[in-house]
Amino acid sequence: MDRKVVVPGDLLSEEAKRSGEGTYVKNGGVYSLLYGLANFRDKINVIPLAGKYIPEPGDNVIGVVKDITFSNWIVDINSPYDGLLHISEFPNRIESDEMSKNLRIGSSIMTRVTDVDPTMKVELTLNDKNLGQIRTGQVIEISHTRVPRLIGKGGSMISMLKKEVNCNIFVGQNGRIWIHGGTEDMDLALKTITLIEREAHTNGLTDRIVDFLKTEKGARS
Amino acid sequence: MDETDISFFKDGLRLDGRRADQLRPVKIEVGVLARADGSCYIEMGGNKVIAAVYGPREVHPRHLQESTRAIVRYRYNMASFSVEDRKRPGPDRRSQELSKVSREALEPVILTSFFPRSVIDVFVEVLQADAGTRTAGINAAAVALADAGIPMKSMISSCAAGKVADTVILDPMKEEDNFGQADLPIAMTPGGDITLLQMDGGLTPDEFQRAVEMAMKGARDIYELQRGALVKKYSQMVEQPGREEVHVCD
Repeated sequence: MDRKVVVPGDLLSEEAKRSGEGTYVKNGGVYSLLYGLANFRDKINVIPLAGKYIPEPGDNVIGVVKDITFSNWIVDINSPYDGLLHISEFPNRIESDEMSKNLRIGSSIMTRVTDVDPTMKVELTLNDKNLGQIRTGQVIEISHTRVPRLIGKGGSMISMLKKEVNCNIFVGQNGRIWIHGGTEDMDLALKTITLIEREAHTNGLTDRIVDFLKTEKGARS
Repeated sequence: MDETDISFFKDGLRLDGRRADQLRPVKIEVGVLARADGSCYIEMGGNKVIAAVYGPREVHPRHLQESTRAIVRYRYNMASFSVEDRKRPGPDRRSQELSKVSREALEPVILTSFFPRSVIDVFVEVLQADAGTRTAGINAAAVALADAGIPMKSMISSCAAGKVADTVILDPMKEEDNFGQADLPIAMTPGGDITLLQMDGGLTPDEFQRAVEMAMKGARDIYELQRGALVKKYSQMVEQPGREEVHVCD
């Protein structure tokens, strides 16, 4: 895989059709929009090293209720834009005056973005079996730019991690991650995720994580 | 100007030993502030400037918000200790003008349409001033914006040219700025599109041409340094990872 550090305005290719994410086309050339790593495949994508999470429909995110209105919970989703969870998107039918009984200000929820309109109104849902309020376990926060690495190609990294550390893990695209399991298992999961975040931009990461888990577990037993 | 003529040049070199078309030494550091989304510290000769970028984030006060794009706020501020005689702290006529022109120098390259209803805040703090703080501020702000992961069409680099003793010079320092005949700061993209051009003093059309060309060359050199600083930050991240911490929320 061909990767390179680029800054905004760098010329990446002369073929306009190779323009991918994080790039733009000017006079038939492809230029970078971001400071990050350029991946040269069929399309050229630039992956940023930093930046705020911008919600997109279909993203799983972890949010914290910050306010309650007549029919919506306003949810902080670690983004410049707040999420709106409508009362009708709650799994069971509830009345408006019962809203704060079910989700209070400060409650953490695993939720999904259903729609984002052009003015960046973000709509959320809890209507799915793996979504809902967080009552146990812990939530950690990493940079959302590292989330694709934590999930891995086709979910390879995260499924390996879940199996190896024997924990339930819910990864929010907004960089918040819920871990639930035994105390020692959670500690190991936390350590591993920290390692993945730190070394997100290095090659052969999955193999190194497997080794890391092996030695950590060996030390424990 | 006969008295000062002699003191500006000695053996064809300037007071600090530079040639007429030479920049002062530049030092750029990226990501110096832990709590900012992007930051940059720059030294250009005697200028010491720090820039911090926050955002895109929610706009306060609400009425400033634009429904189709992000707004950009730029605050240029001189520390009271940045000059020899204490500067009265707080915004004044000069700093308000510099904030406005600097914002307008950067805004054309920022893709504000990606972030409707939000604000990108840029704070530029001058810690030590030695002529050319607006150019240093813009250079630092551009690097800090890139560091914050904000999409931009290109970088912005800024540099000044001036005139002393009827000679066009690059990057005037304090003495040359205070007692010189002209000061001409510019900001531009590496492609050569100028986004800021100001002039103080007088230049003939011919001198103006030369001064702009000289300042553009200076800005291109600064662009290479900005780029180098960003690339260096990445390679340091690979070599000694782990400055960023994981926050446990619960």
